[in-house]
Amino acid sequence: MAKVALRVVALTYLLFLLVLPVGIVFWHTFQSGIGPVLDALSTPNAVHAIQLTVLVAGGAVVANTVFGVGTALLIVRHRFLGRRLLDALLDLPIAVSPVVVGLALILVYGRATGAGLWLGERGLDVIFAPPGMILATIFVSLPLVVRAVAPVLEEIGTEQEQAAWTLGASTFQTFRRITLPAIRWALVFGVVLTLARGLGEYGAVAVVSGRLVGQTQTATLFVEERFQNFDQPAAYAMAFLLAAMAIVVLLATNLLRPREAA
Amino acid sequence: MTSATTDQIGAYGGPAAAGRRRTLGSRAGTGLGVGMATLYLSLIVFIPLGAVVLRAGEGGLTGFWRAVTTPETAAALTLTVGASLIVVAVDVVMGTLIAWVLVRDRFPGQRVVDTLIDMPFALPTIVAGLVLLTLYGPASPVGIDLAYRQAGVVVALLFVTLPFVVRTVQPVLLELDREMEQAAASLGASPVTVFRRIVLPNLYPAITAGAALSFARAISEFGSTVLISGNLPFKTEVAAVHIFGQIQSDNIQGAAAESTVLLVVALLVLVGLDLVQRWAARRG
Repeated sequence: MAKVALRVVALTYLLFLLVLPVGIVFWHTFQSGIGPVLDALSTPNAVHAIQLTVLVAGGAVVANTVFGVGTALLIVRHRFLGRRLLDALLDLPIAVSPVVVGLALILVYGRATGAGLWLGERGLDVIFAPPGMILATIFVSLPLVVRAVAPVLEEIGTEQEQAAWTLGASTFQTFRRITLPAIRWALVFGVVLTLARGLGEYGAVAVVSGRLVGQTQTATLFVEERFQNFDQPAAYAMAFLLAAMAIVVLLATNLLRPREAA
Repeated sequence: MTSATTDQIGAYGGPAAAGRRRTLGSRAGTGLGVGMATLYLSLIVFIPLGAVVLRAGEGGLTGFWRAVTTPETAAALTLTVGASLIVVAVDVVMGTLIAWVLVRDRFPGQRVVDTLIDMPFALPTIVAGLVLLTLYGPASPVGIDLAYRQAGVVVALLFVTLPFVVRTVQPVLLELDREMEQAAASLGASPVTVFRRIVLPNLYPAITAGAALSFARAISEFGSTVLISGNLPFKTEVAAVHIFGQIQSDNIQGAAAESTVLLVVALLVLVGLDLVQRWAARRG
């Protein structure tokens, strides 16, 4: 009896906090059919926002995948001074407010500073331009690949790698033929999380992008700007697209997790 | 069991294990790798964050203090910490309860519910804000209007922090040995007593961890509060939103000072958590 009561309390809480709100957005989006949704998503600004979002998230995924696998190998397979410190500091980006991330990047790479000016004179504007948005996205998603890959690297050990070396494989061959296949699902898991974070990042990108409609506006910024300008159909259409992405990510990570356990 | 333990110790490695094992790359390779990782982290994380703290301290300690005690900043920080404390309290109770139901109960659709818990992590924060505003805004179909109220801020923070306590408590609950509970029950303890005296003490470290993560997330939250709170100064404007406004109006020093407060609080919480966990691990 008590069990049922607890179940009811938990599920009611989740219903009102999670299920109903998300459900109602889907309902709201398709209130007048699928036509208006497609129309709203095919305006030039919407298309540009989607393209820019994919570019920014993609850039961050590439950078953090290379860094993530490299750093995971470093902290699991190597012993060096400051290893534990590096390990601890990797989680720092998660604790920083997205707005603070944006401010931090502006202070270093904005045109008002030496570094920003120097880069700007060489034709590379960072702030209020895609490079800064990629940097911001890298920042907020930084530990995700490392934290997905490191435990698996630890678990597989080095026996197979050593066997490969003994048989004359080079470092690169060993990595590609032995290590990479062993960590591939963990890597995919980390990449999916990074991609989701990148596609959905709002605060950090809002600060460094300058939010120029049709120029530095990503999908999440589009949702906010359209909503504030009373264009609800467009705001809901893009929000639906992002929510659908979130659900795909949820299902994908759910599928990937048991593989690790097996 | 013993061999697994030794293997594990081997894998984590002491100096002896490291010396015995040939690892990817040479010593020079290690040096290069450490250098590259440090450079990457420095350019993207450390130098920018350092710049924030430096900028905050530009006017000296008095300048910093003046910046974080302006009425609007003080109101934003007070609201942020207050709302976050409420949110953490609710998260601790509801998170533990949800974890309990997911582990100890069986009902149809349980796996779906289990998957849904992570929804707030996957959903972009601005969408979360829009989602909540749709249900609990001026046009609320259920007749609850929390828009432009502090309660709206609390609901937004509850949404984005939902998974933390659930996901830290759940695995511990799953691993928990049921024998102690059965023994207590057979000696006449009521279910409430068993939970309070046997289960709960085992969950404390996990609950603390979840609460700390929730709190760190709540004080830094931006996107989900933007739409539902209306960002009314002195009323519903949280710290992150206020920092954003200061950046927009070019009050960079004020923004940096307030950011530094958030950074320090988040760091203190995470370091405190680390200490608690080490203490719990030592205590066994």
